[in-house]
Amino acid sequence: MSKVDNSTEPLLAVTDLKVTFNTRGTTPVRAVDGVSFSVRAGETLGVVGESGSGKSVTSLAILGLLPERGVQVEGSITFDGAELLTSSEREMQAVRGRRVAMVFQDPMSSLNPVLTIGRQLTEVLRRHHVCHKAEAPGRAAALLDRVGIPEARRRLDNYPHQLSGGMRQRVMIAMALACEPAVLIADEPTTALDVTIQAQVLELLRELVAQSNTALILITHDLGVVAGMCDRVHVMYSGRIVESGERHPLFAQPRHHYTRGLLASVPRLDLVGGKLTPISGSPRDVIDWADGCAFAPRCPAVTESCLGTPPALEPLDDTFVRCVNPAPLGQSMWKAD
Amino acid sequence: MATVQEHLQSLMGNRVVETSGSSLTRETWNRLRHNRIALVGLGVIVFFVLIAIFAPWLAPHDPRATTWFDQIRPSSVPGPSREHLLGLDESGRDMLSRILYGARASLIIGIVSLGIGASIGAAFGLLAGAFGGWVDSVIMRITDVMLAVPGLLLALSIAAVLGQSQVAVMVAVAVPNIPLFARLLRSSMLAERQKDYVNAATSVGLGRRPLVMSHIVPNSLGPMIVQGTLALATAVIDAAALSFLGLGSADPGVPEWGRMLANAQRYLNVAPHLSIIPGVVIFITVLGFNLFGEALREALDPKLRR
Amino acid sequence: MLKFIIRRLLLLIPILLGLSFLLFFWVRALPGGPATALLGERATPERVAQVNALYGFDKPVLEQYVKYLGRIARLEFGQSITLRKDVTDELFRRFPATIELAVAAMTFAICVGVPLGFAAAKRERSWVDNTAVIASLAGVSIPVFFLAQILKWIFALKLNWFPTIGRLQPTRELEHVTNFNIIDSVIAMDMGALGDTLKHLVLPGIALGTIPLAIIARITRASVLEVLNEDYVRTARAKGMSRSVIDRRHVLRNALLPIVTVVGLQTGLLLSGAVLTETVFAWGGIGQLISGAVLDKDYPIIQGGVLFLAVVFVLVNLTVDVLYAVIDPRIRVH
Repeated sequence: MSKVDNSTEPLLAVTDLKVTFNTRGTTPVRAVDGVSFSVRAGETLGVVGESGSGKSVTSLAILGLLPERGVQVEGSITFDGAELLTSSEREMQAVRGRRVAMVFQDPMSSLNPVLTIGRQLTEVLRRHHVCHKAEAPGRAAALLDRVGIPEARRRLDNYPHQLSGGMRQRVMIAMALACEPAVLIADEPTTALDVTIQAQVLELLRELVAQSNTALILITHDLGVVAGMCDRVHVMYSGRIVESGERHPLFAQPRHHYTRGLLASVPRLDLVGGKLTPISGSPRDVIDWADGCAFAPRCPAVTESCLGTPPALEPLDDTFVRCVNPAPLGQSMWKAD
Repeated sequence: MATVQEHLQSLMGNRVVETSGSSLTRETWNRLRHNRIALVGLGVIVFFVLIAIFAPWLAPHDPRATTWFDQIRPSSVPGPSREHLLGLDESGRDMLSRILYGARASLIIGIVSLGIGASIGAAFGLLAGAFGGWVDSVIMRITDVMLAVPGLLLALSIAAVLGQSQVAVMVAVAVPNIPLFARLLRSSMLAERQKDYVNAATSVGLGRRPLVMSHIVPNSLGPMIVQGTLALATAVIDAAALSFLGLGSADPGVPEWGRMLANAQRYLNVAPHLSIIPGVVIFITVLGFNLFGEALREALDPKLRR
Repeated sequence: MLKFIIRRLLLLIPILLGLSFLLFFWVRALPGGPATALLGERATPERVAQVNALYGFDKPVLEQYVKYLGRIARLEFGQSITLRKDVTDELFRRFPATIELAVAAMTFAICVGVPLGFAAAKRERSWVDNTAVIASLAGVSIPVFFLAQILKWIFALKLNWFPTIGRLQPTRELEHVTNFNIIDSVIAMDMGALGDTLKHLVLPGIALGTIPLAIIARITRASVLEVLNEDYVRTARAKGMSRSVIDRRHVLRNALLPIVTVVGLQTGLLLSGAVLTETVFAWGGIGQLISGAVLDKDYPIIQGGVLFLAVVFVLVNLTVDVLYAVIDPRIRVH
């Protein structure tokens, strides 16, 4: 576990972030609808949700990587005292890659196919003036070494298509950590990889952030990933956080029915003869937060009071829950049938 | 519980529901209807076809009559006037009538040559796509060789040996289309073959011929139609180019837009209208086909969003 | 890399063979047979019989084809009917003019087309972009011979800014070493000749290059738009790279691939357009040669000229293939 000092100020704080997409000819889509969270140095934060929950859009908003046209961003994102949403492009370029870095989901499409690995690494080193031009290749090789790529020097001249998926993702991680950023955002870093490689890459991430006390925001839909790595977890649904808390309490006793549903739908080897219990309905069965709880159409415990006004995120025992009818304490997830 | 469900239903009904997929043709037609560029292009095409068909009734004079030759001087050719809306040409003929009849020639040559070229090309492409193997290889080598000669030059060589006639031009302009359509249909078919529905159909025992004819070919038609429209534009230009070079009808009196431009060359300084009028007419006609063809391509492509 | 080039060169052989095959049967399609191709349509039956015996047109086809291949390989295209000159000599004398014009036109098309397409892509949906799309559609709709005439009328005849015909002012003396006027002017250190050459190149170059320009601009726009949406551009932004570096190193280099392909294909259009443009501007290259030959029914010239241009086209496409492999490392594997 990383050393989290709860007494320090948060390094990165997102407050009431709202992102709206306006495409011509269709109604505006509120992808992120009032999300707030923060992360401290050395802390690993997990953001969990299905596709469409707004988790990726949140991470893109932090680094200002959303398209300029047709997107409206409101709220506040502060990093090390500076307000990122009102920073100029030049100021953001100084932050990206240097102070806050990002690893993306698909390493094949996220690497430039016509440039060598070495070039893509030295490029970021030299951009942020981390070292001299002559030193850059050496540094790059050291980085590749650190992420566990054998024959680092030779690999510098390889092109992305010459590497396996797992190695490409290691390169992405190397690129992200090249300038030793304070915050690393990993958006579904293992989703596109083979299962056996997934564990390796996650282990690598865990080691690296522990070594350098980097804050890590891990965005994923995979609960297994979160359970192994994160100090705190936020569960997102339809653009809002519906439950958040420290790892242990949340996994042992989830209070929001969506979280419970997510956990229950993971197939388990230790329950003999058990059926698969997916969450009923599909992500399209949703209502606006303005009309009530967005999860209501799929919730097994829905009541009349869930409709009409949106529930607020309230503290409840060890976690925060956005639900007017949360699961009671004592209903553990881990009782055998 | 019932009231909660009802309440939910009513709330969910408020959300915008996408219309479920209509057929491809209807969807394409819908997209086209709202595309202003497509409508402009279509309008031009329709206009061109109409004047081509009704030329004999619209033309004020006989396009071959050199009745007004006495008005021609070496350094002056009368331009647009009340009598002759588009002026006279260098042999004393009425330009308007020649343009109208020239539309006929261009339309017929364009359609016939495209029809011939596209049919033969599609036939080759069908064979190559359906049979694969050595049939495919041979056909591909042949198209490679045909494509090695730039289109107009290919047409030129063929028209040169076939003699001086409009039929020769038709055949000549048809030829460069053959490899284009062959390749197009073949690659469409190959792409379709990779798709899952083909595997599914084969696994339930569907034979080769019904598979190809009823499933693969209809799905390959889209790009062919787009190509056809754009190829028609090229055919009109190529035919005009060939008659500009002197091929085409042996009779110098026959109105052909390209030939008119060739004759205009000598009088460029004194009577630019001889060049401008047929040139602009060709331009607008071809532009119409290109605009519509491009709009059609955008409408048929599910990925494309401007 | 070398293996790639050699493999591509080997692929040329069947194409060249195929071309020769096509042209071999092309002359035999003439009503009078191949003798007419050599003598012209006014040949008397006696002359035809003579030529048939002389050239062995009455021998078996296969034997004829082999002999024909031999002649082509030795670059013997026969004699021009009308000019009474050796076709091969004429071709080599005139090809620098056509190449110079083609290069000028393509340079114009690329230097204006690529930046235009790039700018349109970056300002997608703005008025710049919309105008660019419409303009490029208009550009491909205009017949090159009409454009040539209009440019000549406005800028040469009416405004007198540029010369009307030819490659050089007739009164100017220039030592013809390579027959490429630009090179010859530089060799002779004659700046006046260079300037004159360039002035003569402007109008025909613009006329010939406009259609390729329209297509190149469109392809550039489409390609850049696609690349701008790629994940690796987002990665580059996430690394904090500056806009101009991203444009140059990440966007352009990847967008180049389809552009290069299109440039290769457009060369075909350029070569056939040269026939028309050279006629309007009396340029004195292969294009004008072919155009005159069509009117005169001078088949040896048509055959030689078209074959020559086709080979140039094939070589250009070969170069494009190689260039493609240089730009995109993934291609080299194949």
